[in-house]
Amino acid sequence: MLEIRNLSLSIPVSGQHILAVSNVSLTLEAGKVLALVGESGCGKSLTAQSLLRLGEFQGVNKEAGDIVLHDKSLFDVSDEELRHIRGGVISMIFQEPMTALNPVFSIGSQILEVIHLHTELDKDAAVQRALALLADVGLQDGEQLMQQYPDSLSGGMRQRILIAMAMAGEPEFIIADEPTTALDVSVQKRIIALLRNLQREKGLGMLLVTHDFGLVAEMADEVAVMYAGEIVEQASVMDIFDKPSHPYTQALMKCRPEYTKDGQLAVIPGNVPSPGDWAQGCRFAPRCNQANQACSATPVSLDAWHSGAHQARCIRVDAS
Amino acid sequence: MSVLSVSHIRKVFKGGGFFAGGAEKVAVHDLSFDLARGETLAIVGESGSGKSTTARLAMRLLDADAGQVMWAGEDVSTLSGKALRKKRKHLQMVFQDPFASLNPKMKIVDTVAEGLRVHQPHLSSAERRLKVAETLQLCGLGEQALDRYPHQFSGGQRQRIGIARALIVEPEVLVLDEPVSALDVSVQAQILNLLKELQQEKGLAYLFISHDLSVVQHIANRVMVMFAGFVVEEGAIEDVFKHPKHPYTKSLLDAKPISHPSQRNDEDVLALDEGVASEGCAFALRCPIAKDECKSFDMRMKDRVACLFPL
Repeated sequence: MLEIRNLSLSIPVSGQHILAVSNVSLTLEAGKVLALVGESGCGKSLTAQSLLRLGEFQGVNKEAGDIVLHDKSLFDVSDEELRHIRGGVISMIFQEPMTALNPVFSIGSQILEVIHLHTELDKDAAVQRALALLADVGLQDGEQLMQQYPDSLSGGMRQRILIAMAMAGEPEFIIADEPTTALDVSVQKRIIALLRNLQREKGLGMLLVTHDFGLVAEMADEVAVMYAGEIVEQASVMDIFDKPSHPYTQALMKCRPEYTKDGQLAVIPGNVPSPGDWAQGCRFAPRCNQANQACSATPVSLDAWHSGAHQARCIRVDAS
Repeated sequence: MSVLSVSHIRKVFKGGGFFAGGAEKVAVHDLSFDLARGETLAIVGESGSGKSTTARLAMRLLDADAGQVMWAGEDVSTLSGKALRKKRKHLQMVFQDPFASLNPKMKIVDTVAEGLRVHQPHLSSAERRLKVAETLQLCGLGEQALDRYPHQFSGGQRQRIGIARALIVEPEVLVLDEPVSALDVSVQAQILNLLKELQQEKGLAYLFISHDLSVVQHIANRVMVMFAGFVVEEGAIEDVFKHPKHPYTKSLLDAKPISHPSQRNDEDVLALDEGVASEGCAFALRCPIAKDECKSFDMRMKDRVACLFPL
């Protein structure tokens, strides 16, 4: 199990640290896909990157909370252990297949590097392993492919290669940050199916970071919706689509173009607030069409409204 | 009369790069379309299908190797330099990336006013400023935006600035290349609503390039589906989306993201979506119903579709 417990993170903005993620708790379980959904600037990628302690390279500070992998804090491990965890226990698939591969090295050398990092295989065995990994992601012509360089490959093929590399260390958990946004629709569908198959077959726990409800509908078991650095709603995927309860989740769903055939699309007035500009009390209240004075009075807890495991950070769910 | 008319344009790119050895790639084959006042024509297709090249040919940002481009009934295919620049007021472009398409060192008032310096050089700077303020307001931005810089705006606001910059010279046609694909869904809705309002108010015609079929279905009247430089199907949006005739159009529609988890189904994960046939129907390699005759089909449009065995 991989748990984020009451995590708060701050980012450097012109000389000072400003809170960007506040009091987030999430649990990744083997064989389950948890989707973390929200618009740009809500803190979802920061939260996801913290699972590999990647934010530290950009000056992200942990202000409070913990990340616990199999009962051990990720902040207590040695650098050597951390290197093993990255890719060997928790792997990441990035958004941009165009930039995540190094253009000056062949595909083969980039895959073999990852294999050598995580296994003791000799050279021949490592090549066999690379071919098997490529076959797993639908790339049959592995030997020829390993000679090629990234720029001769399509976006879909590059993303398959990145997925193969993420699998090289046989991780238990995968973090996929917008894994399909840079791809064509027809390719997207195939990559989604591929990820879902690998995840099921290998019983991976997956954190899927996305702003796309289509992708959530395709892949997720559980959904957490983030707004202004905190989780505002959490539920099973069916409950999120059938009974979205937080006004922000409802509004996000309604402004999708497929929701409105003709005429005006529903909009959320205003903009996502930057870290540091969050409202007192409910952070969504300034843009919410159901808010009243009580909403801005005090901070709202995530279980302010709940029905079974379904929670929403809103005091007006039953009123509206 | 159509405000934009393109007939039989063709564009070939010579192989670039030191080692490419001059291989040629036909980016657009013999393509024609008309755009009427107040109408939205969408071009859809995957990356490499030629949709952005088509937009740039229609804009005369690229020179076609054959064919004709007419703006408001006037042949502009052979114009260049100053003569072309004067006509540009008729057709303006909005780009995908509002971050990359605004000069970070210029105030918004100066960026938006650039077109005025070319097309209305007689205006005083006070008149220009007033006109910029009016246009920004039309696009939903207040006067305080005038003296700010691009980094002080969100993605959606920058796209409003990009639209204002295009509108200020009072064009009849906007060419929009993926105008909302870099935006969050809530912001995307705001921009799509703005585009619809502006169209109704001013009778603008849009050439709308997008890979997002839900967006296209919402905003367009007609659609042109491109594959490997060919138009494979075109028609009214309801006809094409409800009753696709080309197998490629159908495969695109089938790949539309689902809108509810109950619609999940498992597909063939190992098949690759790659490959374009170099002779006959370009889609034949990927087509589920291709037959031998397709290998020699010349991809001519007939009854809105370029297919020997339409669905």
